[in-house]
Amino acid sequence: MIQLVAGPIDAAAVIRQVQSPAAGAVVTFDGVVRNHARGKAVTHLFYEAYDDMALKEMDAIRTRSLEQFPVIEVAIAHRVGRLEIGESSVLVAVSSAHRKDAFEACRFAIDTLKKTVPIWKREHYEDGEVWVEEYAGG
Amino acid sequence: MITVHLFASLREAAGRGTLELEAVEGLTVHGLLDQLCRQYPRLEPLRPSLRGAVNQSYADWGDSVSDGDEVAFFPPVSGGGP
Repeated sequence: MIQLVAGPIDAAAVIRQVQSPAAGAVVTFDGVVRNHARGKAVTHLFYEAYDDMALKEMDAIRTRSLEQFPVIEVAIAHRVGRLEIGESSVLVAVSSAHRKDAFEACRFAIDTLKKTVPIWKREHYEDGEVWVEEYAGG
Repeated sequence: MITVHLFASLREAAGRGTLELEAVEGLTVHGLLDQLCRQYPRLEPLRPSLRGAVNQSYADWGDSVSDGDEVAFFPPVSGGGP
């Protein structure tokens, strides 16, 4: 249900983990590497994780989501290493009986992940690279 | 011994990601960071924004650190993509 992966995220497999006969909705958030940031062209990204703690914090988000929202299952996969433009960096999937709960829990999960899970992003440009250490929202 | 992990810009500033430090009586997360900054002065400018963790859980600066603990210091997180 919770994983860090070095290769492409298998979205279908992540979604399968939350499927249930009791689910009327599956909501997913797919974070994708875009080709620009802060007015500069981005060539690729590099994600570094504190693996053990990242998995622990992602698992805590899953537990909190299941406690705070009437949802059936939550799965989160996050990429590490080098990512190219257009690739998925993170996938959150949530199932629930009714769509509202899955939407709300999915938003809670991705918003919390950005604040608590120890994973860092380095943006690479044509003329350099920088660690992104102040997430400005979006 | 205490195992210390540094990540992202801290790892690059120190030039290494993992090191071991001697455990001393009454050591806190704050005290450990003082020691690290003396050893690796390039960490000092990054200090105001960083966070600490003990045994893979977020720590307060006053938390104590003992022999066998795993401590990590890192900048604000930025995972999750856009």
